[in-house]
Amino acid sequence: MANIKFTLNGKPQSVDVNPDMPLLWVLRDTLGMTGTKFGCGMALCGACTVHINGTATRSCSMQASAIAGKNVVTIEGLSADGSHPVQKAWMEKDVPQCGYCQSGQIMGVAALLAKNSKPSDADIDEVMKFYICRCGTYQDIRAAIHRAAELQTNGGVG
Amino acid sequence: MTSPSRRGFLKSTAVGAAGLVVGFYLPESSKMAAQTAASGSSTPAKVNAWIRIGTDDSVTLMIHKSEMGQGTVTSLSQLLAEELECDWKKVRPEFPGIDPAFGLQGVFGSNSIRSSWGPLRNAGAQAREMLLQAAAQRWAIDKSLCRASDGVISNSANTNTLTFGQVAEAASKLTPPTGVALKPPSQFKLIGKSLKRLDTPDKVTGRTKYGIDVHVPGMVYASVARCPVFGGKVVSFDATKAKAIPGVKDAVQISSGVAVIADNTWAAFAGAKALEVKWDEGPNAAFTTEGNRKFFTEQTLLPGASARHQGDGAAALSTAAKKIDALYEAPFLAHAPMEPLNCVAHVRPDGCDVWASTQMQTGISGIALRLTGLRQDQITIHSEYMGGGFGRRSGTDFAQEAIELAKAIKVPVKITWSRENDIQNGFYRPASVTRFAGGLDADGWPLVFTANIACPPMGGGGSFGGGRGVDSTSVEGIADLHYAIPHMQVDYHSVTGGIPTTYWRAVGYTQNTFFGESFLDELAAAGGKDPVELRRRFLAAQPRLLGVLNVAAEKAGWGKPLPAGHHHGVAVVNNVGSYTAQVAEVSVSEGKVKVHRVTCATDCGQVVNPAIVDQQIRSAIVFGLSAALKGEITIEGGRVQQTNFHQYDVVRMDEAPVVDVHIVPSVESPGGMGEAGVPCIAPAVCNAIFAATGKRIRRLPIQEQLA
Repeated sequence: MANIKFTLNGKPQSVDVNPDMPLLWVLRDTLGMTGTKFGCGMALCGACTVHINGTATRSCSMQASAIAGKNVVTIEGLSADGSHPVQKAWMEKDVPQCGYCQSGQIMGVAALLAKNSKPSDADIDEVMKFYICRCGTYQDIRAAIHRAAELQTNGGVG
Repeated sequence: MTSPSRRGFLKSTAVGAAGLVVGFYLPESSKMAAQTAASGSSTPAKVNAWIRIGTDDSVTLMIHKSEMGQGTVTSLSQLLAEELECDWKKVRPEFPGIDPAFGLQGVFGSNSIRSSWGPLRNAGAQAREMLLQAAAQRWAIDKSLCRASDGVISNSANTNTLTFGQVAEAASKLTPPTGVALKPPSQFKLIGKSLKRLDTPDKVTGRTKYGIDVHVPGMVYASVARCPVFGGKVVSFDATKAKAIPGVKDAVQISSGVAVIADNTWAAFAGAKALEVKWDEGPNAAFTTEGNRKFFTEQTLLPGASARHQGDGAAALSTAAKKIDALYEAPFLAHAPMEPLNCVAHVRPDGCDVWASTQMQTGISGIALRLTGLRQDQITIHSEYMGGGFGRRSGTDFAQEAIELAKAIKVPVKITWSRENDIQNGFYRPASVTRFAGGLDADGWPLVFTANIACPPMGGGGSFGGGRGVDSTSVEGIADLHYAIPHMQVDYHSVTGGIPTTYWRAVGYTQNTFFGESFLDELAAAGGKDPVELRRRFLAAQPRLLGVLNVAAEKAGWGKPLPAGHHHGVAVVNNVGSYTAQVAEVSVSEGKVKVHRVTCATDCGQVVNPAIVDQQIRSAIVFGLSAALKGEITIEGGRVQQTNFHQYDVVRMDEAPVVDVHIVPSVESPGGMGEAGVPCIAPAVCNAIFAATGKRIRRLPIQEQLA
């Protein structure tokens, strides 16, 4: 067991866990924050994506020991009230079906838009092809990414 | 359709909630709904769904359907609100614990809207009349002077208003009325509108609770080490290494293997991997997909049980001007829903609770009854949001093992399947082989179409219907083809091979529509006929299929010039009460197919929410395309060779085609939607590949066949 301190959704967090335990399970089982999802356990599907120091990261493959001192943001902390431009665009386009992969998709897109405020379809493919949706919401995700880019550019009001 | 004259349909009850609670009966399947309506009797007095109008103006719809992404919660709420005249935004769906006394409860066969269309509107209308009556009594006027709209009742004699919540308590004292007339479609305000899904806000903020998110106090976590060979058994196990992992508490043998219990999921996974188990691999240890394929192929040379016999196939083949033969194959497929299987169970001396993302609530309840020895009223099944189902969650294996384990360890436990468990230890869409022989007349039109199908029963032997040695779900998509070909003969072999099989989104149509619509294309090509023209000619007496075919062909620009290297392929299907045609636009280069666009026309009867129909079609096309392009489970030595998404890959963002959905207006009763879009995509793509390259794909997945 190890005591690990990090910042979670803007607040200091301390956990006593096996240092090898992936962040995903620290979030879900230790802290009861279930918005981040388990999909494959091998960084293949993207359902567990969170931001670590602003970078989209697969929490299923990130050991707890590696997040000491880092800034972790999960879907619960992306916005207080679902008002992040990506979440607003997702609601506008009614993207989710079963919804299980969408936390990861949204976190992935939020990180993409932070770096590239107006991604092309090819830019979107290059990043988002690593996120699986078995309900096949890809076409809606693409439309929502373009909409989120507009909302972000217009300060969330466009 | 439900008869409005039916008496005693609604029973009101005030149990457990302030305000008006109206109970009613929602038939499980469209077939049952039709039977209930046809009988016109005063029964059933059974209640399995409730509307609750709270004194705070809330409207809760408690239904035994569950949400796996298909939008049921939203569409059903629309049906209710249409007649109830409540504020649409105040409707909140809940999934109550189920009572098996009410018969089969589950979500399958694209049934939810079909079975609820009449009863739910009727229940809404009756609750509205009770609220109006309560308001009329309050105002001491005749009910006919009261109007309900957006959850507010207005007195047409003056400007007085009352909210539903203000009269809900008084309404609960009234007897539900009978014979309430339902609105004609021309007056619909909500049905037919693309209202936003009710479940979206929680799904974009991470708040939706799926089965895997359930936590109950005192709960432990478990993962099961399962025999790598189907049907194998535990001989003995050594948990020393597993227990050395921090967090691992114990290991317990159950029917599905050895469960490792830990204080978190990750430790349970690690423990299950570290466990040393001696297995008796049993009779399937020699199973190979290649051997299975050979066996099925041999079977198709023999006469089978007759699934369709029309005209004289053999005689027609002997006189046909031109004959063609073809052998088609489809592989085993896993469902791979994004939420891995899981179940939480708590078995106590006086009760049992099970929390599950499930399509088959009744099945789980029956298992709990049998395993615990408790009474029905001591068992509660909590139905959770599903992170995808696709048929896999119609199984009950994952709940059975959790109940067994919970009973053994006496504390609440959550079993989570790893993705490897999901891919390797599950139930599968069966592999199958179909041999076709067809013949053309002197003008090149199809004269005879025969099929010989070897396919394990889709439900592992427990399929719905069929008879005479025919599993109806194994032959659907071929035996029920609507083409007016003079001689049509379909034989079926109920082959088995020891691999557990189950329903997969769109069931038999997933492979049979690929087989049948591809072979029909072969007949068209052999006769030099245009694939759309041929279908039009032989579907002349099928107005709904002809309708979708014509819309899809027109919207896709069938026969008109396409970008260089692009080619069209077409397929049609009638499944789950809906009619669907798809035109795929593809190109092939460097041995790879690219699906650019799919134009889909669907006639699914009256539409409750067009945006959800669009969603379901887009979803089904990506799902079917994953299988067509990549999906394959192979087995060597009784072991599945794929482990996770890197080996069981699915369509990704960059491979997903643009899908244009065209809903053909219809006044018919609603058809199902969850599965309607799946069957056509594989044959439409493969027929387009033939148009592009002259190569006929007769085996799925396409994978490297174009290299």
